[in-house]
Amino acid sequence: MSSPLEGLTIRGIRQGLTEKKFSAGELAAEALRHAREENQKTNAYLRFCPERAMEAARQVDERISRGEDPGPLAGVPVAVKDVIVTRGVHTTCGSRLLENYVPPYDATAVVRLERAGGVILGKANCDEFAMGSSNENSAFGPVRNPVAPDRVPGGSSGGSAAVVAQGTALASLGSDTGGSIRQPASFCGVVGVTPTYGRVSRYGLAAFASSLDHIGPFARNVADAATLLGVIAGRDEMDSTSAAAPVEDYRKALTGDVRGMKIGLPKEYFSGLASDTGNLIQGAIDRLKRLGCEVMEVSLPHTEYAISAYYIICTAEASSNLARYDGVRYTFRSASSQTLGDMYRNTRGEGFGAECKRRIMLGTYVLSHGYYDAYYLKAQKVRSLLTSDFHKAFEKVDALVTPVSPFPAFKLGEKLADPLEMYLSDIYTITGDLAGIPCMSVPCGKTADGLPVGMQILTRHFDEAGMFRLAHAYEQAAS
Amino acid sequence: MKITEEQVRHVADLANLRLSNEEIARMARDLGEILTHMEKLNELDTDNVEPMAQVLYEAEETATLRADKEKQPLSNQEALACAPLPGGGYFKVPKVIER
Repeated sequence: MSSPLEGLTIRGIRQGLTEKKFSAGELAAEALRHAREENQKTNAYLRFCPERAMEAARQVDERISRGEDPGPLAGVPVAVKDVIVTRGVHTTCGSRLLENYVPPYDATAVVRLERAGGVILGKANCDEFAMGSSNENSAFGPVRNPVAPDRVPGGSSGGSAAVVAQGTALASLGSDTGGSIRQPASFCGVVGVTPTYGRVSRYGLAAFASSLDHIGPFARNVADAATLLGVIAGRDEMDSTSAAAPVEDYRKALTGDVRGMKIGLPKEYFSGLASDTGNLIQGAIDRLKRLGCEVMEVSLPHTEYAISAYYIICTAEASSNLARYDGVRYTFRSASSQTLGDMYRNTRGEGFGAECKRRIMLGTYVLSHGYYDAYYLKAQKVRSLLTSDFHKAFEKVDALVTPVSPFPAFKLGEKLADPLEMYLSDIYTITGDLAGIPCMSVPCGKTADGLPVGMQILTRHFDEAGMFRLAHAYEQAAS
Repeated sequence: MKITEEQVRHVADLANLRLSNEEIARMARDLGEILTHMEKLNELDTDNVEPMAQVLYEAEETATLRADKEKQPLSNQEALACAPLPGGGYFKVPKVIER
């Protein structure tokens, strides 16, 4: 069946509401009905929250009838990744351990989204505690890629990407620690944005690796993603790592004019690409040249060390952050424990899935006595080197353009047996997280098999505006 | 790099994680393989490199602290609503101290 959101954008919905073509309540009800029917094909939603959605829509309609501004996201149906807490609505983090967890508060990004008129339809499936690159680590079953149902949607925000690709939400929130927004965006053929570290408050995001975690938007096009980021970005006193830097009006950056913009192609990112992927990225680069961009080769010489540094830092931080799930406070406790120690060990042993256990173990190992200097400290030093690679490149260019993933969406089950191979596929996305710079995936075509491929754009800290301008100009020229 | 099952048991104990014998065998193999890959970092001389302890240095350390104002916290009832075993306004756990 066709989606009630077909052909719509944030602006289109606003126009429809203003011209009384539909009410926010009607759109929400239709979108919910459609999403529920279609969800069995992908398992992209873990849960719907119809009461909350209809209440949010009702408020938008009320504001409009009173002649008030209904907000920049008025009536826009969205999904929220299930690692972001929603008051009164189950938030499982894709884990058995939190299967029955109903948070007593809302994440700041959720509060801002609803204040702007957004309508949350439900919670999106994801890898357990956002750990994975295929969404196959969800305790509630994998998500199928709407474009190719025998393939993964990418991860960890696989559900958030899939709902936008499937037309069961207009936009969504995801989280990115090592590529978890950009890689699924690329696999599903939608826009996904990882903003600067600290640009969006993480209050209410279940912590995975605190020095790397970001919340960011998915959307069908660059303008909608820019609008959504504008709504959720900005300082929040509930998150001391959120940045005070003023939030620009990102829509104003979408001028279509990128003449003279200097673009670097890091040579380390263009070896070992699947041939279709390489050709599509090259085609996109040619288009950028025709738009008047000045394209040059640059080098990020420490790239080959990024995977090792990343998986040391993220697992170390995860092992610490996940210590809180011990059977005392969060819903699940093993039934079979006589002592406190046994209760901790059994609860965690029974509650966590294989990938979480692997990362807790790796993280505990690299932080354990005698190994801290060799692993964690070393990785933090290499992180400095990787970051200074970017700073040096940005002395010469305004933006970097790279592939998002070495290959398009792979088949379900194809990479599950080999965790290291799965880790290695994150090579092009983890560096942006390590440096904390803004980066995004923009669709740049499909392979001969019809699988979407994304182009990654990276810019300087807090230059989301420049990133959006380039992405939007490309999108306009390509469509 | 070889990781023994004994090492895995030790780390699992540190992490408060119960693992089955099969999980321990698999973990020894996986960790060994991943840690071998990580040895690549030793190729780099980092003696004079500062570790990246902060992602962004924007302001003074205290600049991001909020004003110390009183506000309503979560109620006891709300805080305990998701507890596996609440009781008397507290989180209950198995007995720790024997009398």
